[in-house]
Amino acid sequence: MRTFRYTVTSPVGIHARPAGLLVNAAKALDSTVIIEKAGGGSASATRLMALMMLGIGQGDTVTVTVEGGSEEANAAALEQFFKDNL
Amino acid sequence: MQVAAGKSVQGGVAVGPLRVYRREETPFCRFSSLTPAEEWARFRSACGRAREELAGLCEKARDELGEDNAAIFEIHRMMLEDEDYLDAVKDMTGSQSATAEYAVRAAGERFSAAFAAMEDEYMQARAADVMDVSRRVADILTGRRDAFTEDGGPAILAADDLSPSETVQLDRSRLLGLVLRRGSRSSHTAILARAMNIPALVGVDFDESWDGKPAALDGDQNRVYIDPTPEILAAMEARRREDRQQTALLQELKGRPGVTLDGREIPVYANAGSAGDLELALENDAQGIGLFRSEFLYLNSQDYPTEEQQFRLYRQAAEAMAGKRTVIRTLDIGADKQAGYFRLEKEANPALGYRAIRICLTRKELFKTQLRAILRASAFGSVSILFPMIISVEEVREARAILEECRLELRRQGAAMGDVEIGVMIETPAAVMIAGELAEEADFFSIGTNDLTQYTLAIDRQNPKLDRFYDPRHPALLRMIRHTVEAGHRHGCRVGICGELGADPALTETFLRMGVDELSVSPAAILPLRKQIRGIDLSVTA
Repeated sequence: MRTFRYTVTSPVGIHARPAGLLVNAAKALDSTVIIEKAGGGSASATRLMALMMLGIGQGDTVTVTVEGGSEEANAAALEQFFKDNL
Repeated sequence: MQVAAGKSVQGGVAVGPLRVYRREETPFCRFSSLTPAEEWARFRSACGRAREELAGLCEKARDELGEDNAAIFEIHRMMLEDEDYLDAVKDMTGSQSATAEYAVRAAGERFSAAFAAMEDEYMQARAADVMDVSRRVADILTGRRDAFTEDGGPAILAADDLSPSETVQLDRSRLLGLVLRRGSRSSHTAILARAMNIPALVGVDFDESWDGKPAALDGDQNRVYIDPTPEILAAMEARRREDRQQTALLQELKGRPGVTLDGREIPVYANAGSAGDLELALENDAQGIGLFRSEFLYLNSQDYPTEEQQFRLYRQAAEAMAGKRTVIRTLDIGADKQAGYFRLEKEANPALGYRAIRICLTRKELFKTQLRAILRASAFGSVSILFPMIISVEEVREARAILEECRLELRRQGAAMGDVEIGVMIETPAAVMIAGELAEEADFFSIGTNDLTQYTLAIDRQNPKLDRFYDPRHPALLRMIRHTVEAGHRHGCRVGICGELGADPALTETFLRMGVDELSVSPAAILPLRKQIRGIDLSVTA
C-alpha cells in the first residue's frame, strides 16, 4: 500500500471536469485508489459522483491510497496527475 | 402591452414571438411486468442510445460554444457509468420490480438531492446535471420527444428552466432570446446564454397564455414586453443596431484607461454578486471590485457560513483581482433578501426594518465572524470594507470599534493582514444630510443609488404600478449626490457611485462634473462606461 497527501491548489477544487479526469486516470490503473478528504469522507477514485460529493475545494488536503498492482508506479503517476490538474 | 421583470444574465435586445416551452411529463408505470433482467437490459440499451446522443451534443457544443462548455456532456456520459448510480438503478429494477424508466428517474432524484444539499454553489448546480441525464434515459425508454424538435420560425423562448442538454439542443439559428422562470446566474443555462451571447433573463414570472404573442426582450433593462407598443419596438430596433456597433468597438477599449479628454482618470470597478461575477469582472477589464455583495454567500447557505468559508471566498476574490481594489460590503441581509436560518421576524415595512448594519450591530458575533474573515483575506490583495445602510456617525464608530477588536484578536493570533480602507454606503437620505460628519470617519463613500432612490422618492421599484411616478434621474436624487460629493471632498473622503444609476451613460458627464471620483457597475456596463468617460472633456464648460 502506498499513500501520499496533496493539498488542492486549483481554485475550483475537484469539481465535475477534474473529477472526470481523475476517474479516467484511476480506471486506467491496476490498483485500487481511495481518496480521503481531511476532516470528512472518502471515496473510490473510480466513482465519479461519490468523488464530487466529497466537495473537495481549493486548500483542502486529501490523502490518496493506492493498493494492489504496480503500487509504486501508479502512486507516482497519480501524484503527478494531481500536481498537473488539481 | 404587458411587462414582466426579471434578472439579466446576458444583455442585449431581442424582438420576436414568445414561445413557451412545455416539457411533457408523461406519467409512467412504476411496477414492471418484465423480469428484472429484462428491465436491466432495457436500461442498458437506453444508456447506449443516451451515450450516442451525448457524444453528438458534445460535438455540437464544442463547435458552437467551445471546449469548456462541451465538457459537461462528457461528465453526463460518465455519470451514466457511475457504479453507485448503476447500483441504485439495478437495485430498484431488481428488488423493487420497478420499470427501468421509474428506476432511472428515482436514482436521478436521489443523486440530485445529494448534490443540492452540498455547501458549494457550483456542486449544487450539478443536481441539474444528474436530473438531466436521468431524464434523457427515461425519455428514450418511454419514447418521448421534447417540444424543441418541432419546426417553427425564430422565437424568444420562455421556459421554467432548461437543462444543459436542452439548452444545447436548441436550434440557435431560431433562438432570439431566453426567458426563464427559475435558474440562477450560475446555472448552466445562464453560462450557456452568455457563451451564445443571446439576451437572457431569469426569474421572470411569465404567463403561459403569452405563447405565440409578439414580444420584445430587453436584457439590459431586465424587462420582457408582450404585445410591445410601436414605440418600444422602434426603441429596441435602434438599440439592436447600436449594440452590434458597440460590441466591436468596445473590445478595442480593453486595457485602455478610463481617462477623460482633459486627463482626469475615473476608475471603473465591477459590482459582484457571486463568485462567477469575478470572472466576468476580469473579462470586462474591471479596475477592481467596487462592490462585493457578500450576502450571496449567506443567501446560498442553509446555515451561517463559517469564518473559514467566508475567508476562502474573500481570499478568492482578492486573489482574482491580483492587487486591484476589492471592496467587500458587509452583510446586507433583511428586507427583500432573506435567509431562513436568520429567523428574522416578518415586518410590516421590511425596507425600513431590521436589515444590514442594524443586524450586524445587534448580533455582534455574526458581524465579527465576517470581519475576521475579511481582515484575514486582506493579506492576499487590496481589500476594503464597506458598511451598508448607515444613518448615523455612531453606527460607523461602533462598526469600526468592532473591526478594531477583530484586528487586535487576529494580531494576537499571529494572522497576516493588509491595510484595509473603510467605506460608508450612502444610501439613506440621513447619511446624505450628515455626509460631512460621516466623511470624518471614512476613507471613502459609495453612493448606493438603488436604495437612495427608493428612500428619497418613497417609491418601491419592484412595484410596476409606480413606474409612471418613478424618475431615476429625479433632481432630488441628483442634488443628494452632489451634496454627498461636496461634503465628502471637504473632509478628504473619496466619493464613488455603486448603484445602477452609475452605469447610466446619460448621467456620466453630470457625475464627473459633480466631482464623483469612481464608479462601480455591473461587469457588462464597464466598457460602455469607459467609452463614455473617454469622450468627455471637463475643461469645456457645459
